[in-house]
Amino acid sequence: MVAVVLLGTVAVGCVAAAHLLACASWPRRSPAVAIALWQAIGLAWGVATVGALAGFGASGLAGRSAVGLSGVATAAARAAGMLVGNGAAAIRAWDVLAALRVLSLLAGVVLLAVLCWILIAAIAAVVRARHRQRALLGLLAHDDPKVPGALVVDYPAAAAYCVPGLRSAIVISAGALDLLDQAELEAVLAHERAHLRARHDLVLLPFCALSRAFRRSALALEANSQVALLVEMMADDRARRRLPARELATALLRVGASGGRAPVGALAVAGASTGAAAGRHSASAHSGARAARVPAATLDGQLAARVARLLRPPPGLPVAAVIFLGAVAALLVVAPAVAVLLPL
Amino acid sequence: MEVLWEASDPMTVRQVGTCLIDRDLAHTTVMTVLDRLAKKGFVKRQRAGRAWRYRPAESREAYVAELMLTALDQTGDRQAALTRFARSVSGAEAGALRAALEAMDTRRD
Repeated sequence: MVAVVLLGTVAVGCVAAAHLLACASWPRRSPAVAIALWQAIGLAWGVATVGALAGFGASGLAGRSAVGLSGVATAAARAAGMLVGNGAAAIRAWDVLAALRVLSLLAGVVLLAVLCWILIAAIAAVVRARHRQRALLGLLAHDDPKVPGALVVDYPAAAAYCVPGLRSAIVISAGALDLLDQAELEAVLAHERAHLRARHDLVLLPFCALSRAFRRSALALEANSQVALLVEMMADDRARRRLPARELATALLRVGASGGRAPVGALAVAGASTGAAAGRHSASAHSGARAARVPAATLDGQLAARVARLLRPPPGLPVAAVIFLGAVAALLVVAPAVAVLLPL
Repeated sequence: MEVLWEASDPMTVRQVGTCLIDRDLAHTTVMTVLDRLAKKGFVKRQRAGRAWRYRPAESREAYVAELMLTALDQTGDRQAALTRFARSVSGAEAGALRAALEAMDTRRD
């Protein structure tokens, strides 16, 4: 029972911690630490919730099996008594508790199955989408000396993205080639290569899957958008190590601003509307960007945060804070696992 | 594939081969490639006498549109499948970005 209470506390604590982390301003100083903490919170929440539900249910079952057949017999007798109609309030209370235990065990098992299924379905969808992308790129894309190692697709709007995986690819639209100068293109390539090399897609996958499965949950959506931003910041940092930050910042602004005057119909509208929706969603979360004195007041939240960070890099977290946050993350991963495995 | 997109009518393997004459491809090579494209659903084929006639399943523009739509639409599963450099915004937000850009450009000059 001690383990169940502990796990329940961890599960509730994880939700509270996620709220705190979503509102915190330090993650942009050390995106890697913040991502590790998000991952630890997510994992701990899953293990603790499943463990608490299943543990509460199983503790009842274990107790009954210890009593043995006689326990089952008395249970049957009480149930029969209740059916006959002379059941007292005490009998009902006993039944309610037993029913609660069974329900709790069931909920734990179902939650575990759902979480596993979500992850498997997300992986399958991702593999399918990438397979299709590679097949289409094989037909449509060509090389360009301006962007060595990248694939160019003749498309008028500015777009740049990467297809991660074992056979990874960086794709740049002809519109982006026209829009950006050589230094900016190199910055874009460095940014995308950082994504590919660090396999940031694997970091994003579980959060993306969770937010899609729990679309009603503002917290799941917020976690996903936060991790997506942090991953972009990590790639920005990596690109900045070798190339001037200014080119990356102007490339970001140029690509971001190009949506308004893209010459194509349906696609530009689709891209712009999703961007605007995400902007609204993240505007509240990234109001900290304004404090960093972005040139304009009403920038798209995530873009603004990234540009502001590139132009005025915030100081990294102090070593002590990194060690502390790392220890919290490690504890979050280890404690629920131990509580589940050790019968207390 | 380019040859098929250029042509207005369905083409046989031999016709495709003559269009690619400068590449000096064997007849069987062209046949294999077209067969593979047909299996993947990128070209459709119909019997014309003893030979197959091939035509593209979709226009080149349609495939480019599909490719870019998956890349630009970041709401679905695609977010994890592809990582996009920056998302485009519209209206007032795009105006703000352009203003920021101009401010940066003038500071550099």
